[in-house]
Amino acid sequence: MIQNKPIPAIDNFDKEFWRSCKKNQLVVQHCGDCDIPRFPPRHMCPNCQSTKHKWNESSGNGTIWSFVIPRPPLLPIFEKESPYVVALIQLNEYENIRIVGRIKDHELKTPDIDSIKIGDEVKVKFEKINSDIYIPFWIISKLD
Amino acid sequence: MLKDKTAIVGIGQTAFAKNLDSTELNLACEAIKIALDDAGIEPKQVDALGSFTYEETPEFEIARNLGFGDLHYWSQAPYGGGASCCAIGQVALAIASGIANVGVVWRSRKRGDPSTRMWSHTEEHLSDHWKWSRPSGLVRPVDESSMLMQRYMYEFGYSREDLSNVAITLRKYANNNQKAFMYERELSKEDYMNARMISDPLCLFDNCLESDGAIAIVITKEELASKLNHKPALIHAYSQGMSQEHQLMTDYHGSNPLKSSSYVTASNLWNLSDYKPQDIDVAQFYDAFSPMIPFSLEAYNFCSKGEALKLINEGFIDIDGELPVNTSGGSLSEVYLHGMNLVLEAVRQIRGNSTSQVQNAKLSLVTTCDATPNAAILFRGT
Repeated sequence: MIQNKPIPAIDNFDKEFWRSCKKNQLVVQHCGDCDIPRFPPRHMCPNCQSTKHKWNESSGNGTIWSFVIPRPPLLPIFEKESPYVVALIQLNEYENIRIVGRIKDHELKTPDIDSIKIGDEVKVKFEKINSDIYIPFWIISKLD
Repeated sequence: MLKDKTAIVGIGQTAFAKNLDSTELNLACEAIKIALDDAGIEPKQVDALGSFTYEETPEFEIARNLGFGDLHYWSQAPYGGGASCCAIGQVALAIASGIANVGVVWRSRKRGDPSTRMWSHTEEHLSDHWKWSRPSGLVRPVDESSMLMQRYMYEFGYSREDLSNVAITLRKYANNNQKAFMYERELSKEDYMNARMISDPLCLFDNCLESDGAIAIVITKEELASKLNHKPALIHAYSQGMSQEHQLMTDYHGSNPLKSSSYVTASNLWNLSDYKPQDIDVAQFYDAFSPMIPFSLEAYNFCSKGEALKLINEGFIDIDGELPVNTSGGSLSEVYLHGMNLVLEAVRQIRGNSTSQVQNAKLSLVTTCDATPNAAILFRGT
């Protein structure tokens, strides 16, 4: 088993997403022709098949759509952090865009697990993994 | 047309255990030979093969070990838990269209050893869709399924205790089935409520077994089927489904993540069938994780959205309930072989020799994984 955290490999169609994360800005891919947003980023628009795309800034505000608390057996790097909370976040500006991410506090620790509920408001933050990858995570808005 | 043109005429299985002293090839040969003998078909009559893309053994190794005739058709079905009915349905289509006459579909798996779990082979650099979930610690299939269950519980007001009767009911069926992995181990509500959590809200008993074993089926055209050893299980309807915006296991990005690919498969299945959900006598729903059973009951329209756990707690899937489900113990308590055990049990219900037999079962449904692209078969007895 790998000892380090698995990290995303950067592709042509998502490099702008990761470049923005490095600048602490969440962006959402939109079609360059019909303007429909999509996530995860991809090559072609499923609505009009255009390969043109653009990136719109998101406020980074959302709500917890659901969450789980993984416990061992896990990959070694995650077993050390367990129990932790990984959630599916629905962005406020987009009804159908949901992003997986950890719920953490300012010290990058898991907050009180029992206090976390579906529907809680959250705000995006970014955690440096290496010089190119800053992974989005989410902080409970009322604790920010 | 495929309807009632082909049938499963032979079934075979090896022992199921944590660690069998054999290879996947050897186990596959053993299960296939048992299935051919069960049907009363000579190996040299076999001219079609179906398997899983996850299968380690290539078709030619199977064919030259068993002494098959010249092969006219072979195909492989992707997506693991979604594959069993696809692999069978595609061979049935080849036979119904005249490409081949006798097909074998098998699954052999040495997965009792924890080091063989697929998630434990996660790579450090993720270039496929897993890049959007695994770096955040959502790594295992149980975590991915638990995400949907937590939401379902929230939307419909259910608790862990409400889910407990899925695992407990399947264990009771396994306690009737001497060949089941969990035959001798009872499961009480207290055991369930005190179990180790794996990915809240799912606990140990919501997870399928990790086991070694092999299973095979023999399929042929209806004209030949009626002259063989057993009452044929006719393939009355076969359907595949992949929903719009589907993403494997982390199917979170469509308009409603609680509306899985099963809804697509189910809708086409009922369109292709002469029967309705209320006509079905018994069902085997793919159950790598216990939430897939209530999710599938709803997707296949046996009840309305959000109603399944309430009905399960009232006995809906028990042997004397409206629709007995996973009557050999399923993947939670019989064996985990990517759902091929569910196909065998669906056939046994048609034959009338299940260890938890539904009286006069004529219509027997089997499905594949709710969280992947999937398929289903409706068997009809003659």
